[in-house]
Amino acid sequence: MTASVSEHLSLRVGADDQRIAALAAIAIVLALIDAGLPSPLPGIKPGLANIVTLLALYHLGWRAALWVSLLRILGAGLLLGSLLTPGFFLSLAGALASLAALALAFRLPGTWFGPVSLSIVAAFSHIAGQLLLARLWLIPSDGILYFVPPFALAALVTGLVNGIIAARLLAPTPQQDA
Amino acid sequence: MRLIRPGDYLVMMLAGALCLTLFWQLWAGETARTLTIRSKGKLWREVSLLHNQILDVPGPLGLTRIEVHNGRARIGSDPGARQYCVKQGWLDKAGQSAICLPNQTSIELGNGAAHYDSLSF
Repeated sequence: MTASVSEHLSLRVGADDQRIAALAAIAIVLALIDAGLPSPLPGIKPGLANIVTLLALYHLGWRAALWVSLLRILGAGLLLGSLLTPGFFLSLAGALASLAALALAFRLPGTWFGPVSLSIVAAFSHIAGQLLLARLWLIPSDGILYFVPPFALAALVTGLVNGIIAARLLAPTPQQDA
Repeated sequence: MRLIRPGDYLVMMLAGALCLTLFWQLWAGETARTLTIRSKGKLWREVSLLHNQILDVPGPLGLTRIEVHNGRARIGSDPGARQYCVKQGWLDKAGQSAICLPNQTSIELGNGAAHYDSLSF
C-alpha cells in the first residue's frame, strides 16, 4: 500500500479478528474486576481473565490466545494507569510464561487432560514467570523465595477454580462461539 | 466430555505435591539450633539455642550481652555507639547473624551444618 491510496485504506476485519476483539474486551473487564478485589498478599489475584485465554485457546487456537492475552494486558494497563510500571511488566512476564506452557500442554491428549489441567499449568507458569522477572529485576535477592510457597498455593487454587469455570463454559455446545 | 478428566486429577496431585515440597523446602528446615559467638575475630563460644541463658562477652569497649531464649537469640545490650546489632532484635533462622562491630563481637545462628551468607559464598 502506498500513500496515494490512503483515502481508500481500510482494514479487513475477519470473523476471527472480531472474536479475538470480543474475547479481549471480556478479558479486560475481568482483569479490572481482578484488580478491584482485595488481596491478602500483593500479587495474589484470582486471575479471572485467564478463563478467557483458555476459551480463546480452545475455540480459536494458540495464536488467538496470545492475542487475547496481550490485548488484555495492554488494555488493562491503559485503564488501570499501570502501563509500563513494574506491575505491567510482571503481568507480561507471567502471561508470556503461561502461554509458552499452554503451547506445550495443549498437545496433551484431550480425552485425558482438559481445561482444568491447562489452567493449573498456566497458573503455575504465570507465577513462575513473574517471580523470575521479580528475582532478576525488582528484588535481586533470594529472600523472594520466602514468598514462593503462598504464591504456589494460590496458583493451585485459582488454577483449579478458573479451570473448572472454563471447562463448564466450554462443555455444553463446544462449537458455539463464546 | 466431563468437566474434570482423569489426567486433570494427576495434574492436581502433581501441583499439590509441588506446593507441599515448596512449603517444606522454603519454610521449614531453616530452624536454627546453634549459636556461634565470635569475639575479636576468634571463636568465643558455641552454644545450643535450646538452653536459655545470658552471656556477657568481653570486647575492647566493654561487655556485649547476648540473650538466648526459647530457640532465639539477640544482642541484649552493647557498648557500641550506633546499636545496630541490638536493634536487629531476635534472630531465629539458620544463617542469620548480628555483628557489633565497635566491640568486635558477632553472633551467628546455625543448624549444625555450615551455611552460606551474603559475605562469603
